[in-house]
Amino acid sequence: MTEKLQIKDKELVVPGQILAEGMSYIPSGKAIRNGETITSTVLGSASVKGHVVKVQALSGGYFPRKNDMIIGQVTELAKFGWRVEIGQPNQADLPLRDASTSFIEQGSMRKYFSEGDYVFAGITEVGKFIRLSTKTRPHRKLGTGNIIEVSPSNIPRIIGKQGSMIKTIKDTSGCNVVVGQNGYIWIQGDDLEKVLLVQKSIEMIEANAQTDGLTEKVEKMLKGGKK
Amino acid sequence: MAGKSSEPMMVKGKRLDGRKTNEMRPMKIKMGVVPQAVGSAEFSMGKTTVVAAVYGPKEVHPRHMMIPDRALIRVKYDMLPFSTTDRIRPGPNRRSREISKVMSSALEAAVYTKKYPGTVIDIFVQITNANAGTRTAAINAASAALAHAGIEMRDLVCSVAAGKADGTVMLDLFQPEDNFGEADLPVAMMPNSEGITLIQMDGDLTKKEFDESMKLVTEAMPILYELQKKGLINGEASFEGGKVK
Repeated sequence: MTEKLQIKDKELVVPGQILAEGMSYIPSGKAIRNGETITSTVLGSASVKGHVVKVQALSGGYFPRKNDMIIGQVTELAKFGWRVEIGQPNQADLPLRDASTSFIEQGSMRKYFSEGDYVFAGITEVGKFIRLSTKTRPHRKLGTGNIIEVSPSNIPRIIGKQGSMIKTIKDTSGCNVVVGQNGYIWIQGDDLEKVLLVQKSIEMIEANAQTDGLTEKVEKMLKGGKK
Repeated sequence: MAGKSSEPMMVKGKRLDGRKTNEMRPMKIKMGVVPQAVGSAEFSMGKTTVVAAVYGPKEVHPRHMMIPDRALIRVKYDMLPFSTTDRIRPGPNRRSREISKVMSSALEAAVYTKKYPGTVIDIFVQITNANAGTRTAAINAASAALAHAGIEMRDLVCSVAAGKADGTVMLDLFQPEDNFGEADLPVAMMPNSEGITLIQMDGDLTKKEFDESMKLVTEAMPILYELQKKGLINGEASFEGGKVK
């Protein structure tokens, strides 16, 4: 069996495309092993590190995993707690016991979260139901602010390496920004101009997600808006 | 098969629109034409133009249609009233229901449905202009739209028809050849695995003619695959004069 790599690093690939031949390569992300070849399952960008062939999707919905930090909107109050919409086919549950460290008295559920509120929550369980928790920091209810929606596949780019991008955005604009891994972003700031500027820069990151040197571009964009 | 034409379909080894028997019509693909959808594509094959939009995976309504261990692929094929020479009555009819059904099974074979249990992937296909080969064009558009939506798939699905007109086996029939021809054979395939996901035959072909048609279709698949691939990567692509751009 010949060992052969069919693609270059950072190349865009389509579903079913053969990325590598031979048993020594290891699929990662959205790539899978198909007999003696490695194929992609999605439209995405491929990366090669040694013998690991990885594919990251360019588009697509959010699929929850345990310990993800997400932003959701409370849609309904139930007996067990709250139902939360998290941008995917099934709604998530926020049970009473995971909502707060303090005791929640009967009839006081709306003091914590009411319909329409946005929450920053962690996923504690993914199975038949998706369970959320807001018990520990930084998970909390999100107050007044702007919510924007981006493609979940672009979230790593918006956060940046070790949070470099999001740190730049926060520091230069002075806005409060919370990024949920499900693609919802909450922005809050005293100056509306700056909030809109942050919104614009995030849209810019989304449009140019595949290019290099974005952090500098964003910094320039946010600083330029100050004048 | 609306009966034989008095005009010959082949003149000096060339077809009525000047193509060779193994030649496809010029094609064009454009991604993201429906911003509201998760994924969308516009595909044209000669004068046939279709728009496909993908919504989902999302919660299934009505609930009884839900399949607990995999995704439901629901296709709605629809011809716009002005897409044909005579106005056609809008809304579903017997023909469009059949095509929706065969399209959904043709595309389901390529999607990893088990990755999206209990959900539905809705595919809406509108035929904006019909000039034969609408179901094959619809499958090409839907396949590209599914990939554009980021849905996990085994392969892209490529589709083209072969057929017989005026006694000659030819690839990718257009309107007069389809209307006055003897047979039409639409085929959908997954080019990498060479798996056939759709095959229908309208009219009669001998075993030899059938094999010949299948050979024409199989040889055309790499072009369709290249076109979809280029379209997905660059946003749009076209096929003209034997080249994919």
